[in-house]
Amino acid sequence: MEFTILAFLVQDGVTNGAIYALLGLALVLVFAVTRVIFIPQGEFVAYGALTLAFLDVGRMPGTAMLLVVFGIAAFLFDLVETRLRPGLPALARSAAINLVLPFAIYTAALFIVPTEPNAFVKALLTIVIVAPMGLYVYRIAYRPLSDATVLVLLITSVGVHLAMMGLGLAFFGAEGFRARPLTAGSFSVGFMPVAAQAVWIYGVTIAAMVGLYFFFEKTLLGKALRATAVNRLGARLVGVRTQLTGGTAFVLAATIGAVSGVLIAPITTVYYDTGFLIGLKGFVAAIIAGLSSFPVTALAAIGVGLVEALASFYASNFKEIIVFTLIIPVLIWRSLTTDHHEDD
Amino acid sequence: MSLLQLSDIRVSYGKAEVLHGVDLAMAEGRIVTVIGANGAGKTTLLNAAMGVVPSSGTILYRGKPVPPSVEGRVAAGMCLVSEKRELFGSMSVEDNMELGGFLRSASERAEARADLYDRFPRLKERRKQLAGTLSGGERQMLALARALMSRPKLLLLDEPSLGLAPKIVAEILGIVAELRSTGVSILLVEQNARAALEIADEAHLMELGEIRRSGSTDEMAADPAVVEAYLGGG
Repeated sequence: MEFTILAFLVQDGVTNGAIYALLGLALVLVFAVTRVIFIPQGEFVAYGALTLAFLDVGRMPGTAMLLVVFGIAAFLFDLVETRLRPGLPALARSAAINLVLPFAIYTAALFIVPTEPNAFVKALLTIVIVAPMGLYVYRIAYRPLSDATVLVLLITSVGVHLAMMGLGLAFFGAEGFRARPLTAGSFSVGFMPVAAQAVWIYGVTIAAMVGLYFFFEKTLLGKALRATAVNRLGARLVGVRTQLTGGTAFVLAATIGAVSGVLIAPITTVYYDTGFLIGLKGFVAAIIAGLSSFPVTALAAIGVGLVEALASFYASNFKEIIVFTLIIPVLIWRSLTTDHHEDD
Repeated sequence: MSLLQLSDIRVSYGKAEVLHGVDLAMAEGRIVTVIGANGAGKTTLLNAAMGVVPSSGTILYRGKPVPPSVEGRVAAGMCLVSEKRELFGSMSVEDNMELGGFLRSASERAEARADLYDRFPRLKERRKQLAGTLSGGERQMLALARALMSRPKLLLLDEPSLGLAPKIVAEILGIVAELRSTGVSILLVEQNARAALEIADEAHLMELGEIRRSGSTDEMAADPAVVEAYLGGG
């Protein structure tokens, strides 16, 4: 193989790998804190990408209305719960988070969309629309099941994934879209042209990792999330509410999903169901890391990206098969080397 | 008014009822101990009081029904130091302490931490060390210090002497006895009846999920049945 081709493949692999790394981190985060294997992670990527693509052509994205719908559903859940123990402050807080917030975002979108804002405003608006969905999805689907087993939570995840994919089809249609890059054009490093969008991807991925590191190491809320992951009962005994850590984890995951969507929208055509496959590759990386280590997940994700890029060159028909087959030797190796213990 | 009043507390694990209607009231500023053999239901009683296990019956805290959740009870001023300590093993001693004050403001946390480092110099020395690497006695100290970071009004202490050398037991119970002067009330569950009776004001004897005898520690220490079964025949 020519060196030039190899260089292109490596660039391609690292670019995709960076996205998988972000998604893998989100999966590890959600699993560690809530024990949920978050299959719908990919849907947030698709929602993010499609929202940005709609904003690009000056259309109101369906996700803005979907956000309001999710908010109303979450509010109804709270209403049913507080009916058992009525309290005005709790209800007011719930209304602010579940009704006022999504409606405010929807209204803001209504005003911003026709003004044809620049790429960064659109990217930001996309993230603002998609990120709160993480909270509502947690409230509606997972919070009522916080004591359930990992298996029940997994089955729930499959359900949420199918529901969100269906909603994606309803709101965006079956057509694929591609967004404009944050910064157009490219420049060359030595002989090799590098797209400006790829630089955005590397930069944002690194910034997100550094940001997460500081969040988990330096802030009390971040430490509370780690504490919940380490010892669930211990965290409750110091007054850390499961709902707080769960909600935070899901909002972070949805934000990461939306950011990933914004990053890939200009380099891939995204359909309503594209997110699943992208999320699954992040999942491969997370599994290789045993759903526990952030650095190993990031490295494994880059590896997944590289394997995918090389496979697409040598055997493009088998690209996906080769990537997902990576899991099998890793699982065998892990099952032989780790101690088996019963689920709590 | 009692600080904590448990009435007709029943707890079942599956079909087996392990607490058969326990009544217990304690006043503010007291150290109350529940002694009894292994498996008598002492730990279950504390877990029920804290909301860690579901129970029937009524639990009043400062005359009002307790909040339903564990976290709500922590916010109300109750704190459980579990028999298993429940530390965050892969986090540093200092992070464990910080999280103990999760519901407190940053300034309250800083103040409480400085105060607790004075009281537990060993924890200060090891503040950068991971909690999982501490010795048994140090872990118990950290569990106690982490609980005190929340500035509790009522501390529920489950077997603080479990698995510790006698010298460390004396040290830890000494610290517990001192806590009374800082306005913390303590419900202490202990298998080590002799040690518990030394620091407590009143005691309850629990057997097979029921409270069989109650009284001041002097009365209990003089009760022939208690002496016979729990104090090694005097």
